[in-house]
Amino acid sequence: MSADYLEVRGLKAAYGDIRVLHGIDFSVAEGQIAVILGANGAGKTTTLRALCAMVAVEGSIRLAGEELAGRRTADIVRRGVAHVPQGRGTFPDLSVDENLLAGAFVRTDGQVRADAERWYEAFPVLGERRSQAAGSLSGGEQQMLAIARALMLRPTLLLLDEPSLGLAPMITRSLFEQLTAINAEAGTTMLVVEQNAALALGVADRAYVLEAGEVALSGPAGELAADDNVRRAYLGY
Amino acid sequence: MATDGLASLLGVFDISLDKLSNGELWLAQFFRGLSDGATYASVALALVMIYKSTGFINFAQGSLALLGVYLVYVFSVEQGLPVAVAVVCAMVASAAVAAFVERVFIRPFPPDHVLPLVIVTLGLLLIIDSAVGIVWGFRTRSLPSMFPRGAPIEWGIAQLTWRTIGNLGTVFAVVGLLYLLLSRTKTGLAFRAVSSNLESARLVGIRVGPTLGFGWALAAAIGTLGGALVVPDLLLEPSIMLRVLIFSLAAAALGGLDSMVGAVLGGLVVGLARNLLVTFLDLSELALATAVAVILVVLLVRPTGLFGSTRVERV
Repeated sequence: MSADYLEVRGLKAAYGDIRVLHGIDFSVAEGQIAVILGANGAGKTTTLRALCAMVAVEGSIRLAGEELAGRRTADIVRRGVAHVPQGRGTFPDLSVDENLLAGAFVRTDGQVRADAERWYEAFPVLGERRSQAAGSLSGGEQQMLAIARALMLRPTLLLLDEPSLGLAPMITRSLFEQLTAINAEAGTTMLVVEQNAALALGVADRAYVLEAGEVALSGPAGELAADDNVRRAYLGY
Repeated sequence: MATDGLASLLGVFDISLDKLSNGELWLAQFFRGLSDGATYASVALALVMIYKSTGFINFAQGSLALLGVYLVYVFSVEQGLPVAVAVVCAMVASAAVAAFVERVFIRPFPPDHVLPLVIVTLGLLLIIDSAVGIVWGFRTRSLPSMFPRGAPIEWGIAQLTWRTIGNLGTVFAVVGLLYLLLSRTKTGLAFRAVSSNLESARLVGIRVGPTLGFGWALAAAIGTLGGALVVPDLLLEPSIMLRVLIFSLAAAALGGLDSMVGAVLGGLVVGLARNLLVTFLDLSELALATAVAVILVVLLVRPTGLFGSTRVERV
């Protein structure tokens, strides 16, 4: 397991006095996709926020062997961690193009413009609306923009919080196809929190089930998809 | 009967028909109004910058400008520097003070909890104004203007003075430079990203604290410039910027609080309204009340002002 790109041990997190994570362990191998499943309030979103220092944490978070716990969000981003938060991941007052430039804020190489064009090609609807304010896009378009914005970092680890939230099933499916393509092409390691368990387990290599702030189950995504408890609780058949 | 009523109404306000039919007086007050308006607009711009990025009114904005204006006095009158140079030095100094104040008194508070921050800025207002009073005393002084005396264009008593031209030119130059800074530079992008979505700004690696600190510094420099434009028309004393702040607040509210163009137009409208009301209704005692009336009417009739954006958020 030493080849794991992201290795989390004993992660605890709390909002004020309310402890949300009670010491969880999980890991994602380099270039793989892991999914976190669980009921509302299980601590999925908090887990992703903890990785980006958006909430106070205890425990160890190692990225490529380097400790992230105790670092600030801005430093963690500079180490290649991009986070698509739930729902509102865009800058509504900025244009679509400025959103992408903001996504590449910490980059100093000369490829930023070329990358933006690349994502306009991958998400043509964004290309058509590049000078429009992000806030005027539809929910689905905003979600694509939030993901494109995150990819502009050229992340080595991409954290996605409910990417399918509020999207039509067809759009969700094509979004996940895009994500697997990016994963295959760029080798981007991904950690996805997703309600659509069937879809997420279909693309993931590894899965974790969170219950009340603890890891209740973990294993290869295929095995969990076949597990009776998981099937009943999250797949609904 | 009707004419009697009109006459007595005019009598209450001490309106003379001679005044009302005096075209030169109108023009003279129009120019003065624009000149005052430009100065209110500068301080309003500073308020709008902080409001846009943080969502609260910095009540200490006028006090930072007050400190800046006293520094202009020190650099120009006491140290003998040319006034324009003194203004630039004071802008830099007040920016440094504002950056320090932001770091020590503002940043420890979570940026999304507005109420404690507003209270802190009110406290800063009192502290800075009193400190200025302690250091420089309460006697009035006159501050020289950056612009030469005289008027290149005159129609009788109506004069388009160098000061009016300078005030207007300065405020438009400031707006132009601010626009370029915000729309064409990486710092500007960071500033607008923080204004638009604090959480996503963090998640793209923007250091939110220093970005907001930069906003404070820039706003203080602009406020000081506004003070250096307005005070030569009045007299320098420790409460002078409080009055300017109220007119500037009215200007910013009229413009919509988060619009820079709105702040400038709001400033000009408030400046014009004040001068015309004071002259033709003889309401000099109620000049401040006109500003408060503008704020009240805007809040009642059109809370988003002339150019303010209504935020639509997905939930």
